[in-house]
Amino acid sequence: MNNDQLNARIQKAREKDHLIDLIGISKEYDGVKVLKDINLYIRKKEFVTLLGPSGCGKTTTLRIIGGFETPTDGALLFEGQEISDLPPYKRRVNTVFQKYALFPHLNVYDNIAFGLKLKKMPKKMIDEKVRQMLELVNLRGYEKRHVEALSGGQQQRVAIARSLVNEPEVLLLDEPLGALDLKLRKDMQLELKSMQQRLGITFIYVTHDQEEALTMSDTIVVMKDGTIQQIGDPKSIYDEPANAFVADFIGESNILRGTMVKDELVEFAGATFPCVDFGFGENAPVDVVIRPEDIMLVGEDVGQIVGVIKSVLFKGVHYEMMIDTGAYTFKVHSTTMQPQGSKVGLNIVPFNIHIMKPMQEEE
Amino acid sequence: MRANLSLPWWAWAAMGAGLVVFAVMIGLTVKRNRGVHRSLFASPYTLWMIVFTVIPVILIGYYAFTNASGAFTLDNFKNFWDSNYESNKVILDVMGEEGAAYITRGTVNVDTLVYSLWMAFKCTVICLLLGYPAALFMADRNMKLGATLVVLFIIPMWMNFLLRTIAWMSLLEDSGLINTFLKWLGFEGVQLMYNSEAVLLGMVYNFLPFMVFPIYTVLSKMDFRLTEAAADLGCNSLQTLVKVTLPLSLPGVISGITMVFMPSVTTFFIPRVLGGGNTMMFGDLIESKFLTEGNWNVGSALSLIMMLLILLSLSILRKVDPNGEGGGIA
Repeated sequence: MNNDQLNARIQKAREKDHLIDLIGISKEYDGVKVLKDINLYIRKKEFVTLLGPSGCGKTTTLRIIGGFETPTDGALLFEGQEISDLPPYKRRVNTVFQKYALFPHLNVYDNIAFGLKLKKMPKKMIDEKVRQMLELVNLRGYEKRHVEALSGGQQQRVAIARSLVNEPEVLLLDEPLGALDLKLRKDMQLELKSMQQRLGITFIYVTHDQEEALTMSDTIVVMKDGTIQQIGDPKSIYDEPANAFVADFIGESNILRGTMVKDELVEFAGATFPCVDFGFGENAPVDVVIRPEDIMLVGEDVGQIVGVIKSVLFKGVHYEMMIDTGAYTFKVHSTTMQPQGSKVGLNIVPFNIHIMKPMQEEE
Repeated sequence: MRANLSLPWWAWAAMGAGLVVFAVMIGLTVKRNRGVHRSLFASPYTLWMIVFTVIPVILIGYYAFTNASGAFTLDNFKNFWDSNYESNKVILDVMGEEGAAYITRGTVNVDTLVYSLWMAFKCTVICLLLGYPAALFMADRNMKLGATLVVLFIIPMWMNFLLRTIAWMSLLEDSGLINTFLKWLGFEGVQLMYNSEAVLLGMVYNFLPFMVFPIYTVLSKMDFRLTEAAADLGCNSLQTLVKVTLPLSLPGVISGITMVFMPSVTTFFIPRVLGGGNTMMFGDLIESKFLTEGNWNVGSALSLIMMLLILLSLSILRKVDPNGEGGGIA
């Protein structure tokens, strides 16, 4: 991207009411591109999640917004102002770090008051704000505790309080729940979400946990190999994955190679199925994605295809069955159990068949 | 040099008994564990410590509190406070009350100790001022030069300490490299050696790595996210240094101070080579008591005083870094 193009895009972005704009951001380490042309905007009070497997560039993107890395190329706008070269301490952004990075030489109070003391705020006001924050994160009475004597969940809360007390415009969170156990993680997800709604602060959240992303986000940005795969709200990402990677990463999926016979008719697993997609052309190779819960088990004689149940696993709410149709082994979720070894028919309604262009294999 | 090993029979007996107790303890350990226990592997080291550290310290204590004929006395310590103590005693013995007019207190021992402490203090401060920024630079993960600098600091340490000090002579002497160069440029030669500045230079040069490495170790182990967190919360780079990096590297600083201060106080070779006898430090004084005067009793008393001073300073430093996180010997 040359300078004129970039400037034109910066101009265009300024006309919109965005809080943060990433325009053509790329990042190189020693000749290795870890971010390739990232374009993303974030609105005020939005809860945005950067989701992807490790090494996809989500943390690098967050660190660029936080000011800990400078992009090799592209522009980073904050309320329309270019801030790529602004040091972290001049940005109206605060970060909750992976593993919290609490200051081990300070107690809980001094950790939280750290930013306020730098602003030379009067002692009384600091006291008041720290007290409010401790209240917010349910740690009243912990002021004098040593941070290393706290549990993971408590340290996590101190880290959040330490950032929020500075009243940032944007809070960046880098896998903040990664070190917590499942139960605590679920509780904290809800707490973070309600905190974000109450305070009206923009959250940019990095995680590799798709369920966490679906639970908390207004907008999910799915990333892979330094590129954005899809941007959308949780429901559209889940229901309308842009490609097989997103489908596979968000929830469980059956992903098959198929052929688009003509508009609204697709052939896979040795049978043809009516579907709702069109515009791929005739006899075009496609990827077909079907969620395990979207496959209905019916009688052998009325199924679109027929298969044998290879295995049955009880998963709590549903049973997970692997059904071999000869051409493909489908993963099926159903609340009713069929015995292993029995023959069943499989039906899929047209709008539950997701057709996408085949993924180009990268590297 | 006359080795004064005419110890009383009970001293020999005590040392012999100590070794017998050691042997019995090993035997008991073997018996209790019905075989070789891991703690047995420590016995060569324990024996080494007993023979070369514990016994010598006991001997120093013995000599410090006895006179040449082995009788108990505190004269050696009086001798530290007043180096004319022996001669004054003679004057008073011969002249009685009138002799008081002729006696003076010899302050050379106390003065030397004060001078040594002052030199060691200056050396420690200079090492800290030079060493901390160097360690900071070496530990910076963004600095590719850092690793090179670590090697540059280590390489001179492979050379013998005496050689390194003597090498400075060929730089500083009247006909040395620096003066030759100055004269070649047409300047007057400068007297660089045989003063306390040259001694200080030699001390700083030799002891600087002992300041740099403990600090470097602590800094490089420090989570770099902490400095990022400080920047995130509003610290510029100077504030980050003062509020986060410095306090967190304190254990390394304490360790460095100890490791520089202790050998600085006791150093005796550097002042002789670079100070040329014009400067005397406490280590030189002790050495001369033992090797030149052959007065083991006074020498032991001076050593004991020095040991007490070092123990005192160590215990003060330990209060600041109670967990010994600096990884040093404090």
